[in-house]
Amino acid sequence: MCTYQTHKIAIDGSGKARQGWISLTDATVYVDHPVHMQQEHTVNIDFLNPGQGPSARVAVELTEEAALALADAIHRALAAAPPGLAAAIRGGQSVRAGVGGSV
Amino acid sequence: MTDAIRAETVSIKGHDDDEIEAYAARPLHDGPRGGVVVIHHMPGYDQATKEMVRTFAVNGYAAVCPNLYAREAPGADPDDAAATVRAAGGVPDDRLVGDVDGAARYLNSLDGANGKIGVIGHCSGGRHAFLAACSLRLDAAVDCYGAFVVNEPPAGMPASMKPILGLAPELSCTLLGLFGAEDGYPAPEETAVLSAELDRLGKAHEFHTYDGAGHAFFAVDRPSYRPEAAVDGWQKIFDFFSRTLSA
Repeated sequence: MCTYQTHKIAIDGSGKARQGWISLTDATVYVDHPVHMQQEHTVNIDFLNPGQGPSARVAVELTEEAALALADAIHRALAAAPPGLAAAIRGGQSVRAGVGGSV
Repeated sequence: MTDAIRAETVSIKGHDDDEIEAYAARPLHDGPRGGVVVIHHMPGYDQATKEMVRTFAVNGYAAVCPNLYAREAPGADPDDAAATVRAAGGVPDDRLVGDVDGAARYLNSLDGANGKIGVIGHCSGGRHAFLAACSLRLDAAVDCYGAFVVNEPPAGMPASMKPILGLAPELSCTLLGLFGAEDGYPAPEETAVLSAELDRLGKAHEFHTYDGAGHAFFAVDRPSYRPEAAVDGWQKIFDFFSRTLSA
């Protein structure tokens, strides 16, 4: 089946696409047919920068088990690091070089 | 008579007279011949769909597949284009109808066209084929496992994806339906409802549901491929078009 359902979030990060490293602004997560993996359905995650066009995309197709293990690993990695170490905002200030302003 | 074909990317006028990319193939021998509009599936305007276009040409038809994602993602890889359009909520139904209409006009403009137009689509394209056949004056339509023609989609679907059974009174041509008995979307119960409604309306249709086949059984590059169902399905498609698209 095609699920058509797409979970979309705004993100802040970078990824390596065909053209090299790009800034990422959006991510979509959906369970549907993969393009490459030889399985009928997979958990598909696209990291996107629509402002740079359709090819500004880092894509993965994962089994359900792999996707859940990835989510767990993300939580474990963050829990093992000092709180807020990878946060975009610390102490009300952006921690990114060249990005000013406060929240 | 030659078996040579010409296959190439062309530009056609789609919905709202937009210039859109399309993949066309036709026999090099003189007509008359019918035309087939191939509607690509949700994963996009890909190699497998282009191969289907060439297959119709090899079998004597002029065929064209409009790139439904050409506006959002011109020149992009099919998978990148599909991801872009998916994130944007999909293809609006009215635009799909306009693009199929433009593709039909393109086919009828070719030398040797006999004026007969069939449409075929797989997966999301199956629903689109039914939509087009209920919205345009066509001569044949093939729905290969299109879901959400009858049933409401699950919550969270794009607003553009809605059941279209209510359009059935407008079905303009015979509908060939090819489905898998193990498919959940559409499940056999859903296609049975469509068949019953077409019976009630006196609309000609031929439905075949293959045991041992699920969704996407025609897809030769996917693990869902079921050769027995696909080979028989192709035979049914060509038999159907030989009856409906002859001059």
